[in-house]
Amino acid sequence: MAHQSSYVPKTGFTRWLDQRLPIIRLVNDSFVTYPTPRNLNFWYVFGGILTVMLVVQIVSGIVLSMHYVPNADLAFGSVEQRIMREVNYGWLLRYIHANGASMFFLAVYVHIFRGLYYGSYKAPREILWILGVFIYLLMMATAFFGYVLPWGQMSFWGATVITSLFSAIDQVIPNLGTAITHWLWGDFAVGDATLNRFFSLHYLLPFVIAGVVGLHIWALHVPGNNNPLGIDVKGPQDTVPFHPFYTVKDGFYMVLFFLVFLGFVFYAPNFFGNPDNYIQANPLVTPTDIVPEWYLLPFYAMLRAIPSKLIGVLVLVSSLLTLLAVPWLDTSKVRSCRFRPLMKQLFWIFVADCILLGYVGAQTADAAWHVGEAELPLVWLARLGTLYYFGFFWVLMPWIGKKEVTRPLPESIAQSVLAKGGH
Amino acid sequence: MKTVWPLLAVLALAVPSSAEDLTQPLAPQTQAWSFNGITGTYDRGALQRGFQVYKEVCAACHSLNMVAFHDLAAPGGPGFTEAQAKVIAATYKIPAEPDDKGDIFDEKGNRLTRPGVLADHFPPPFANEQAARASNGGALPPDLSLIVKARQGGPDYVYSILTGFNQNPPHGFTIQNGKYYNPYFAGRNISMPPPLSQGSVSFSDGTPATVANEAKAVVTFLAWTSEPQLEARHRIGLQVLAFLVLVAGLLFLSYRKVWHGKPEDEGVVHDLPGSPTEKAPVGDPDTLSGG
Repeated sequence: MAHQSSYVPKTGFTRWLDQRLPIIRLVNDSFVTYPTPRNLNFWYVFGGILTVMLVVQIVSGIVLSMHYVPNADLAFGSVEQRIMREVNYGWLLRYIHANGASMFFLAVYVHIFRGLYYGSYKAPREILWILGVFIYLLMMATAFFGYVLPWGQMSFWGATVITSLFSAIDQVIPNLGTAITHWLWGDFAVGDATLNRFFSLHYLLPFVIAGVVGLHIWALHVPGNNNPLGIDVKGPQDTVPFHPFYTVKDGFYMVLFFLVFLGFVFYAPNFFGNPDNYIQANPLVTPTDIVPEWYLLPFYAMLRAIPSKLIGVLVLVSSLLTLLAVPWLDTSKVRSCRFRPLMKQLFWIFVADCILLGYVGAQTADAAWHVGEAELPLVWLARLGTLYYFGFFWVLMPWIGKKEVTRPLPESIAQSVLAKGGH
Repeated sequence: MKTVWPLLAVLALAVPSSAEDLTQPLAPQTQAWSFNGITGTYDRGALQRGFQVYKEVCAACHSLNMVAFHDLAAPGGPGFTEAQAKVIAATYKIPAEPDDKGDIFDEKGNRLTRPGVLADHFPPPFANEQAARASNGGALPPDLSLIVKARQGGPDYVYSILTGFNQNPPHGFTIQNGKYYNPYFAGRNISMPPPLSQGSVSFSDGTPATVANEAKAVVTFLAWTSEPQLEARHRIGLQVLAFLVLVAGLLFLSYRKVWHGKPEDEGVVHDLPGSPTEKAPVGDPDTLSGG
């Protein structure tokens, strides 16, 4: 770790262990004495929450997989009959796992927006940000595979729609897209083979995520945390040790987060779900509206905003890959939006834009708003939203960063905290 | 933020709406259900009456594949005793296992049956999907085990469908051949004939057998088959959330104590065990970019 270790083994055994495998030193330096900026606010608690949510998902998922049957004829029954009715507290595990996925995404979106607002992707934290984007992409893949497993109508048709996106490649190289799609399915349609491999991948990817989370934390602990001021730590007066200051703060907010999470589990367990997924998958009956889970809706809106399937898919893919370029698209010397009056506004419009795209993604493809006599097809709203999404990153970010007159930065974190009559 | 709010205001004014469309279903009628809310439980009487409606009316066409007879005596369910559930099970004929000659058909070619036991599930009314469609004008009566969770609007929707018959269709609306008008159903043409009528069943507890009462009872029963663990979920939820509120309170006090109990000057970390203060290099931001 970047800061000097202060660990002193106290017993004979810990001295012996420290010379062979300094694991206590690692934990001590990473999560006990780790110097953390003293001004981290509420928005910084979601990293810890995400780590815990990953563990919740893995543990509940492992137990669910003990009862789940990845077979196209038996999967629906193994969830709705066996897990929901026969396994002791199977309903609780299933609702924790399903709502946990939504909560995981809720937390990761706050975490990502926080990083954008405070410029946490800027040097020297580019790799930290990129690893985070990889985690996000892996999460989306894992969630998609997981949603297929109960083998309800939305599972089946969602899998069909998303995997069929690859057939857009046919427009470039004839038959290649179809060949890739069949290869992904393991069949000529989404079926048993697809379900089996999705189950396998759904079990694998969370452990890949856990590995990348390890790298993410490593890449965090080398430069240390960014903070709401976006200025570097200048000395020990700017920091507090992680424990107890941030263990207790993260712990408190984590319990609040769990109150919301378990509130859904116990009192609105199907709030994020789609009723169609309580109907067993039927390849012969297409649901009226195929809607992905809420956390994928903004991207679904972008996909549908483009008339050409191929270009739609390219837009979808680039909207995600764009995130990887953010550290170099932002040209500003100042990290935090607190001192960037223009960027702050553009950021909030960007947040509103993502919510708008999510809203449009949830509506039917031909939906429209009526303002008086005028009719506004939502697909145009999605096009506008898509334009802003890309414009924000590729035009505004590089341009504003050079033009913007930023507000003066404080001398140091400690000075800023004390000036506010801080803690 | 100045520039954001006018935009949001415009968006807020633009209310989504759609032209009058006779095939668009009406919104379900909202009912007060005993199982709503965080302390909601199933009305035991409604569950038993609803079971009677299912058994005497719905079961003629609709299966209930995921429900076993022992569920009828399970906690949080209709509250039959195990003995009662056994008697109910025995009134059903279940396809028998091979007899000691290995036959599952008798001499006349009929399927051998035996009386149901607690471990059996409700037997379906039709042998397969084709048989079901053949008896129902081509339509497939859905399995009812999960019906309340499988429809947008849940219990209100199922109740509205059951009570939404016998209304005059608007002018210009065509009822398709062999279908019935039901304004709550997508497309408003439904294949199911009106299932409930005044006196379809005779309730032994004296509840008047009106269509509304019958519908209310059977929807309560089907809400239970969709979510048989609801009462346990509501009960455990309160315990879990109360515990978390307590933990949150204790953590908040610790949080306050830890953050406000520390010195205000630059020697913030001097008193703390394992402090990095002595060893950490000070004052050179280039070698100490983050900590």
